[in-house]
Amino acid sequence: MDILRIATAGSVDDGKSTLIGRLMYETNSVTQDKLEAIERASRRLGLEHVDLSLLTDGLIAEREQGITIDVAHIYFSTPNRKYIIADTPGHFEYTRNMITGASTAQVAIILIDARNGIVEQTYRHYYITQLLRIPHVAVCINKMDLVNYSENQFNSIRQEFRDLLGGRELPEQEITFIPVSSLYGENISKSSVEMSWYNGPFLLEYLENIEWHAGENHLPSRFPVQYVIRPKSEAFPDFRGFAGKVASGVFKAGDRVVAYPSMQESEIDHIYAYENPVDLAEAGQSAVITLKDEIDLSRGDMLVRKETPVAAVKDLEARICWLDSAPLRAGRNYLLQHGQNRVKAKVTQLSHIVDIQNYNIIEGAEEIGLNQIGGISIKTAKPIFADQFRENKHNGAFILIDEGSNNTVGVGVVV
Amino acid sequence: MNHNLLPVFPRQLEDEGIYIMREVAAQFERPVLLFSGGKDSITLVRLAQKAFWPGKIPFPLLHIDTGHNFPETIEFRDQLVRETGAELIVRYVQDSIDSGKVREETGKYASRNVLQTVTLLDAIEEFKFDACIGGARRDEEKARAKERIFSVRDDFGQWDPKKQRPELFDMLNGKINVGENVRIFPISNWTELDVWNYIREEKLAIPSIYYAHFREVIERDNMLWPYSDFLNTTPEEIPYLEQVRFRTVGDMTCTAAVASAADQVEGIIEEILAAKISERGARIDDKRSEAAMEQRKKEGYF
Repeated sequence: MDILRIATAGSVDDGKSTLIGRLMYETNSVTQDKLEAIERASRRLGLEHVDLSLLTDGLIAEREQGITIDVAHIYFSTPNRKYIIADTPGHFEYTRNMITGASTAQVAIILIDARNGIVEQTYRHYYITQLLRIPHVAVCINKMDLVNYSENQFNSIRQEFRDLLGGRELPEQEITFIPVSSLYGENISKSSVEMSWYNGPFLLEYLENIEWHAGENHLPSRFPVQYVIRPKSEAFPDFRGFAGKVASGVFKAGDRVVAYPSMQESEIDHIYAYENPVDLAEAGQSAVITLKDEIDLSRGDMLVRKETPVAAVKDLEARICWLDSAPLRAGRNYLLQHGQNRVKAKVTQLSHIVDIQNYNIIEGAEEIGLNQIGGISIKTAKPIFADQFRENKHNGAFILIDEGSNNTVGVGVVV
Repeated sequence: MNHNLLPVFPRQLEDEGIYIMREVAAQFERPVLLFSGGKDSITLVRLAQKAFWPGKIPFPLLHIDTGHNFPETIEFRDQLVRETGAELIVRYVQDSIDSGKVREETGKYASRNVLQTVTLLDAIEEFKFDACIGGARRDEEKARAKERIFSVRDDFGQWDPKKQRPELFDMLNGKINVGENVRIFPISNWTELDVWNYIREEKLAIPSIYYAHFREVIERDNMLWPYSDFLNTTPEEIPYLEQVRFRTVGDMTCTAAVASAADQVEGIIEEILAAKISERGARIDDKRSEAAMEQRKKEGYF
């Protein structure tokens, strides 16, 4: 059984919580007592039907405002797959949450209200799927029941969306349009009767059939070292294992490998998954690697297969999303964390800001504020071992940490 | 149900959990694993074992003993510590009561569940723990659904849901200021079913009270409460014998049993698949108010 991670985004009233509640409800992922609780709450609110959105709306503050304010993680599963939804807010102040929720997603669901079509927020949501290079995007045109399940309306919104792209499509990103009604469960877990004109997959069918493994193992082999295990015990007096999670590619026993930054070479002796030696470790697997030679390698360093060298860079260009209320200005120092590697870094230049409402580029920015996205140049005190995000997103992102507050203040992708 | 049809555990969850354990050991000076003897903390111990094999778990386990534990849980805890060679620290709610830091609750719903927060915060201060690994899962409760994997707490152990650090990709930022500590949740993304499947596939031992057994119970608020000296009962509440199991191992005063004949993991999983009540629905302490959990978390509860 595998896991599919989904990011959901939508405007406040697009019915996102209802859509998620519907997915949970129809996959039998809601227990009886929770169902009874939302039935009671729905009656208290004077509603005729059970409000499935109440399954996911959590915090006290939200109840006051009637909106979702933070990243919430929601789970449902089918016999094939476990699904993790990172549900993120659609309104502007919280772009940082959306990027947080979407950073690990393989699929983004963008919701559009069938009555309103494309709105400003649609631009922002879609921009983030591009920035993060999310491989699959499902554009759900919701509330079809309120436009009489009109095929024309669906087609016209789909065309509007294509116009929005205006040739900016990522070649590796697949976009699917699905007309749905979350309220009535049309095209969610079964084909809609009301919309027999639609021949594509219903939402759950689409999710069940996404193949996301393909390709990840063909990326260059990257093993960031997290922790060195040296038990010095009677049973393992000389054991020296390098623990980490394979970022991308595959490692096998017998592979020739190079350690960065020492540039020393060795051969993989064993790969362990707990106490059992295994033949290989794939992207995403936590493993312990032992080498044939004693070489210089510790936390923050990186092991790569000799055939797939990585760049050791101290000067990099990045696109950054700013997450802190104090804006980013050129000349400031931060701690840059790339995987497990933390280095001192100086932001040397701000080149531009992207207006994600209309994708215009504004040159000569003085500062990048909270929730803004821009281009920057960074100089680091020590090298990082990164790929370009577009080539390998599993080794091309970093965060910036403010050394005063210790907060994570920015997230960047190497361009 | 044919056991071959039981769901398979998604191994990516284990990879993630091991990854988080290693980040804790690398990023903090004095981490501790909060061990309740329940299935979630048993899962954590397994992940820690795997993360550092063939080395030992490089941090101690901390048990906050309310004094109202099921004796089976304590027995199990000591056995696990013997087998894994892990270091165990125990701190007692009774000591916090004796020293006058907290006052015992009274009445028929009296429980020490809330009191243990004080004992925990005292232990964190005593040992200067900078990271506390816990077995909370986001699927348990709505307020938990928003919590990060690394959750920074201030000097008073408080959590501010509006001021959480964003967690991007799988990069975890555990940098803190003096006096702060971080609560860490390696099985955030697991559901109750995932935990049970893991226990099954890993053949993990768990306290016997998770399996169906006969026990004296009383019925209260449509739930079965384990009858014990710790429970304040009314004259109408007559204990009787019932075949039950527990879905969580909290205090004897705040953990309800479910009638069940499931005496193996497979049977439990089958019952969950047909579940009629969610796990925390059997936690009497959560029922106090709808926003109960969020309130307690803000105050430093795990």
